[in-house]
Amino acid sequence: MTETNDRMVPWEVFVQPRAGAPHEHAGNVHAADAEMALQNARDVYARRGNVVSIWVVPAAAIHASRPEDTGPFFDPADDKPYRHPSFYKVPHGTRNI
Amino acid sequence: MDETTLLKAFEARVAAGEKIEPRDWMPERYRRQLVRMMSQHAHSEIVGMLPEGNWITRAPNLRRKMALLAKVQDEAGHGLYIYSATETLGVDRNDLIQELLDGKAKYSNIFNYPTLTWADIGVIGWFVDGAAIVNQTMLAKASYGPYARAMIRICKEENFHKKQGYEICVTLAKGTPAQRQMLQDAVNRWWWPTLMMFGPHDTESANSDELLRWKVKQKTNDELRQHFVNITVPQVHALGLTLPDPDLRYDEETGNWITGEIDWDEFWRVVRGHGPCNRERLRARRAAHEEGTWVREAARAYAAKQQRKTRPSNGVEVA
Amino acid sequence: MTLDALDTATKTALFEYLLRLGDDALILGHRLSEWCGHGPYLEEDIALANIALDCLGHANALLGLAGEVEGAGQSADDLAFFRDAIEFRNVQLVELPRGDFAFTIARQFLFSAYAHLLYEGLRESTFEPLAGIAAKAYKEVSYHLRHSSEWMLRLGDGTDESHRRTQQALNDLWMYTGELFEADDVLHALVEAGIAPDVPAARSRWKDMVTTVLEAATLQLPPEPPYMASGGRTGFHTEHLGHLLAEMQFLPRAYPDATW
Repeated sequence: MTETNDRMVPWEVFVQPRAGAPHEHAGNVHAADAEMALQNARDVYARRGNVVSIWVVPAAAIHASRPEDTGPFFDPADDKPYRHPSFYKVPHGTRNI
Repeated sequence: MDETTLLKAFEARVAAGEKIEPRDWMPERYRRQLVRMMSQHAHSEIVGMLPEGNWITRAPNLRRKMALLAKVQDEAGHGLYIYSATETLGVDRNDLIQELLDGKAKYSNIFNYPTLTWADIGVIGWFVDGAAIVNQTMLAKASYGPYARAMIRICKEENFHKKQGYEICVTLAKGTPAQRQMLQDAVNRWWWPTLMMFGPHDTESANSDELLRWKVKQKTNDELRQHFVNITVPQVHALGLTLPDPDLRYDEETGNWITGEIDWDEFWRVVRGHGPCNRERLRARRAAHEEGTWVREAARAYAAKQQRKTRPSNGVEVA
Repeated sequence: MTLDALDTATKTALFEYLLRLGDDALILGHRLSEWCGHGPYLEEDIALANIALDCLGHANALLGLAGEVEGAGQSADDLAFFRDAIEFRNVQLVELPRGDFAFTIARQFLFSAYAHLLYEGLRESTFEPLAGIAAKAYKEVSYHLRHSSEWMLRLGDGTDESHRRTQQALNDLWMYTGELFEADDVLHALVEAGIAPDVPAARSRWKDMVTTVLEAATLQLPPEPPYMASGGRTGFHTEHLGHLLAEMQFLPRAYPDATW
């Protein structure tokens, strides 16, 4: 990679399609600072409407789990049925529990 | 785990229809094929802005002008989505664009043909976007997650592109004799280059087998081309137009429209840089990039100054 | 107030006024659209196209309304594509060639600051169809002002080159800003009727808005020029407009019996 003075950095873009919905990853934009990243994200990912909020995050700031983590990270949650409501029995006909 | 075991597991996942994500293990060859194919796709969107952009300032009414500007702008957006997906493979968009500007990277041949009349804008939407949609609908199921997701987004947005093109063509077909002539001429000029968009015959296509096995593609070049021909020929006839192919015939047995042979000499000549507009297209992209250098430098310099102001003790710069 | 409630004199003035607003938007949108495919980088290419689309949308609505007010059966397209340069009512500022990115941004900034004042006031227009257009346009030009102001900061306080280019653009553009604040009988009549805001009276607010951004951008307010360009509102234009129209109007004029 050649280093020049005109390269901007990627920012990951998360958009919220409507109030109350979670922000979802949409893609990236390249920008030199946060305000321009936000404006660029608005022009690129919200140009058809259907967006009420945008987050931009420097791509370098995202720390992600690795595929090899899958076992240790996520499998232990598989055998904890007591975290789910279906684990518990209540007498037939009981309401609002 | 050794390479062979990893490869087996990878191929089993692909065969089971699972998506491959950026941090998953993948064969280096798969990664490289994706970078090549996706960056070519992104470059095509960007260079593809030029032939249609040529008519934005001359669109015949305000409605057409806004639709065309929005469409060409979408192409920039789609290029950006695909570059963004390509960057998940550990490459930098700036480097990919530099390869395009240096003439080292390819883009779709179709954009090396000129737009001579307003009818070209209609026919490009109808034929070229029609062909692109056939291709993209397949790629929306590609095994690489970020590519498939970018394609789903693009397919949703592109629905209007082909329709606006066809609407222009219908209007011209119902118009004055001069307009009908303009339309027929555009159909004659764009038909063969559009068929070439699907690439060489399967027997001649170097990358096809691998891309099919890894489910980047689900159909061969010839299958996609045949599908496009089958849906498009009746649309051409419905407008009372003809196609510039004396050998075109309907095959009752297969239900396919069979075309004559594509001029492959022309295809390879354009691939090698000798189409009608190859030089103009690259020159326009280079000019935009070079004239933009001081702007990008200014944005970076400003960001660096602001950062020094807010965090004077920290020498690390994000930009 | 609706169209039927207007007297003939007000209608004549309003038609003229809507042409001014519509032509400003149309010609500026056209100049911005010339960037499509040629922007300094992909994201900014998309941003300029968005602003161009907003402007063309304003033009379509305003010229459409102008045609209704005139009552002679002219559509927005008739007005856009079948008038000659001397019949256009836009300020000269918007017809100047797009220049480099600094020129485009500086013009957009100066114009958007004006348009922000204009549409802010127009939202309160007693002529309801115009207030409706202004309510939507105001949101859009507010964004244009934010976008161009942010760029003024980056270009002014970026590199030596960007500073030099932007200062040059401002100096070259300044003599074209006077027209934005000209008052005449057409405007007086409409201000009187509560249809149009008194933008000339808000000139000092405009200058304050501009000065604040320029100072933050380390740019100088250009000295008052010996001559402020004038005449666009009465059909006196630069030579650039004719070329722009020759390109823009070519198709419908070459095939006058065709629909598109």
